[in-house]
Amino acid sequence: MLEGLLIGLTSAISPFNLMMVVVGCLIGTLIGMLPGLGPMSIIAIMIPVAIGIGDPTAALILLSGVYYGAIFGGSTSSILLNAPGVAGTVASSFDGYPMARKGQAGKALTIAAIASFAGGTIGAILLMIFAPALSSVALLFHSAEYFALMVVGLSAIAAFAGTGQVAKALMMTILGLILGTVGEGALSNMPRFTFGMMELQSGFSFITLAMAMFALPEALFLVMNPSRAATGDSGKIENLRITRDEAKSIAPVIGRQSLQGFFIGVLPGAGATIASFLGYAVERNIAKGKEQEEFGKGSIKGLAAPETANNAACTGSFVPLLTLGIPGSGTTAILLGALLALNVTPGPRLMTDTPDVFWAVIISMYIGNLVLLILNLPLIPYIAKILTIPRTFLIPFILFFTLMGSYLGQNNSTELLILVGFGVVATILRFADFPLAPLLIGFILGTMLEDNFARAMQLYRGFGFILERPMTLGLLVLALVLVLLPSYRGYRARKRAEGVADGD
Amino acid sequence: MALDRWIALGFIALVCVYGYAAFFTMDDSLPPILRRNPIWPSTFPKILTILGLIVGLIVLFTPKPAADKPAKDGAIDLTRLGDYHIGQAIALLVLMVVYALTLRPLGFVGATIGFLVIGSVLLGERRFHILLPVAGIAVGSIWYLVQEVLGIFLRPWPAMFM
Repeated sequence: MLEGLLIGLTSAISPFNLMMVVVGCLIGTLIGMLPGLGPMSIIAIMIPVAIGIGDPTAALILLSGVYYGAIFGGSTSSILLNAPGVAGTVASSFDGYPMARKGQAGKALTIAAIASFAGGTIGAILLMIFAPALSSVALLFHSAEYFALMVVGLSAIAAFAGTGQVAKALMMTILGLILGTVGEGALSNMPRFTFGMMELQSGFSFITLAMAMFALPEALFLVMNPSRAATGDSGKIENLRITRDEAKSIAPVIGRQSLQGFFIGVLPGAGATIASFLGYAVERNIAKGKEQEEFGKGSIKGLAAPETANNAACTGSFVPLLTLGIPGSGTTAILLGALLALNVTPGPRLMTDTPDVFWAVIISMYIGNLVLLILNLPLIPYIAKILTIPRTFLIPFILFFTLMGSYLGQNNSTELLILVGFGVVATILRFADFPLAPLLIGFILGTMLEDNFARAMQLYRGFGFILERPMTLGLLVLALVLVLLPSYRGYRARKRAEGVADGD
Repeated sequence: MALDRWIALGFIALVCVYGYAAFFTMDDSLPPILRRNPIWPSTFPKILTILGLIVGLIVLFTPKPAADKPAKDGAIDLTRLGDYHIGQAIALLVLMVVYALTLRPLGFVGATIGFLVIGSVLLGERRFHILLPVAGIAVGSIWYLVQEVLGIFLRPWPAMFM
C-alpha cells in the first residue's frame, strides 16, 4: 500500500494535477451552489473539458474535485437559502437554514466545511484500506459473477429507493436498460432499435441523457416555481468562528457519521442522500433531552451529521466504481462514462494495470478536501455573492450549458432535439415522483450487463451458468430478495392500513 | 387516474413495441452462422421485455397509499399545476428546439446570443443594457474556450460567411 501511496503522491503532486484539484474544487463549489445544478449535472457539463485534457489521471482528479466541490457548494445554498442544489444536502438545510436565519450563517458554513473535510478525509482513508482488499477478491470474479453482481447492484438501487418507490425505481431501471440497448449491440454489429435513423446507430449519448434527466427538469422546475430559487439575504456573512465547546460536541458526531456514511456510500444505490438523512436521523435519536429538541431549530449536531455523512458517502461510492467497475450512484455512473471515454476501464484490474490512476485519485481526494477547507472557508462570503444572480439570467445560462454539454459530446444538433425530448419526459417523470437516477445507472450499466451476460451464455452454452456457478446463483437470489423484501413489507403495511378509514 | 399510472401505461405500451421488435422482427436479419450462438442480439431485449411488462403491470395495479404528506416548501405540487409558470417553461423548451435548429445555419455566436437574450426576456428581464453585454461576453468567452482551448470546432458565424 505504501508503494502505491508513493506512486499516487508523485503523480498527484505534479503542478498540473494540483492545479486540476484546485480548479475542480473551485468550479464545483461555484456551480454546485446554484440551485438546479447538482454534482451530476456539473460533472456531465465538465466531461468534454476532462476528455479534452486527455490524461486520465488529470481528468479524474479534475472530476473528483468538481464532485467534492459541488457537494460542498450544495450545502452552502442549503444553509443560506434553504434551496439545496443537490438531494444529498437536503438534510443539511434542516438545521443549517434555521442557523442562518438566527444570524449564524458564518458559523453554520464553518461547521459544514469542517464536517465535510473530516467526512471526506476519513472516507478516503477507509477507501484506501478497503479498495485493494475488495479488488483482490473481485479478481476471482468471472463474467457470470459480474453479470450477477450488476443485477444485485441494480436491484439494490431500486430496493433503497424508499417505501412505495421500489416498483417505480425498478421500472426506471428497466427503462434505462431498454434505452441502453438502442444502437449497435454488444455481440454483433447489428444496429438494434434504431428505426433506421443514422443518429441512433451509436446509441444515445450518456451525457445527453444525464443532462436531460437532471439538469433540464431542475431548470424547468425553477422556471415553473420561482419560490424554489428564492434569493434570501445572503449579502453579509460574518463570524465564521466556532467555540471550543461546540467543537467538542460535534467531534463524536463527525467520527460516527464518517464511518456510517462511508459504509452506506459503498452500498450501490444508497449514496449521499440516504447517508445524510440516515445520519441526521441517527444523531437525533441518540441525542439527549435538550439537544434532541434543538434538532430542526438550528442544532450544530444536526448540521454536522448530514454534512459529514454525505461527504463520507461520496468517497464510499468510489469503492464499487474503482474496484468492481460498477457505479453505485448517478454521479459515479457519469464518472464511469467519462473514464471509459478516456480509455480507462475501472474494475479490479485498475489497480494492477494503471496503479498511478488509482492512487493518484485517492491522494487527490485528500488534497481536494484540504483545498476545499483552505480555499473555501475564507472565500465563503465572496462565493455566496453568486447566489444573488437574478434568475432571469441564471436560467437561460443553465439551459445553455446543458445544451452545450450535450452538443459538444457529439457535435451534432440532432442531439439537442433528443436532449429536449428526454428532458420533457424526465420532467413528467419527476412530476409523478419517479426516481431518475436508476434510469441513468441502468442505461450505463446496460451495455456492460449485456456484455457479461453474453460472455457467460457463450461460455456455458446457455443459461447453465446460473446453476453451475454457486456464487452467481447466490448473488441472483440476493438480488431477488432485495427486490421482494421491501415490496412484501409495503404490502403488509398496506394490509394493516386497510383497517383504518383513510379518505382518499 | 393518477399521473404515475398513466406513465406506467405509457411504459407498458413502449415495452410492447420494443418487445414486438425483439421477438418478431429483429431475428429476421440475423445471419445463419450467428443463429447457432446460444445468445442472439435479441436475447437480452427479450428478457427486458418480460421484466418490463411485469414491473409495468405492478406499478399500474398497485393501490396508491393515501397521500397525506405535507407538501415540501418549494416542491412542485401537481394539484396546483395551474399556479405555476407552465407557459414560460414551454416557451423555453420551444426556444431550445429553435436553438437546436438554428445553431448550424446561424452560427454559434448569433444563435447563442439570441437564445440567451430571448430566454431572459421570456423570464421577464428588461434591462437590455446589462443583458446584451453579459450575453456577448459569455458567448465570446465560451466560444474561445471550446474552439481554442478544447479544440472542438464550433462555427461562429453563419455558414455563408465562412
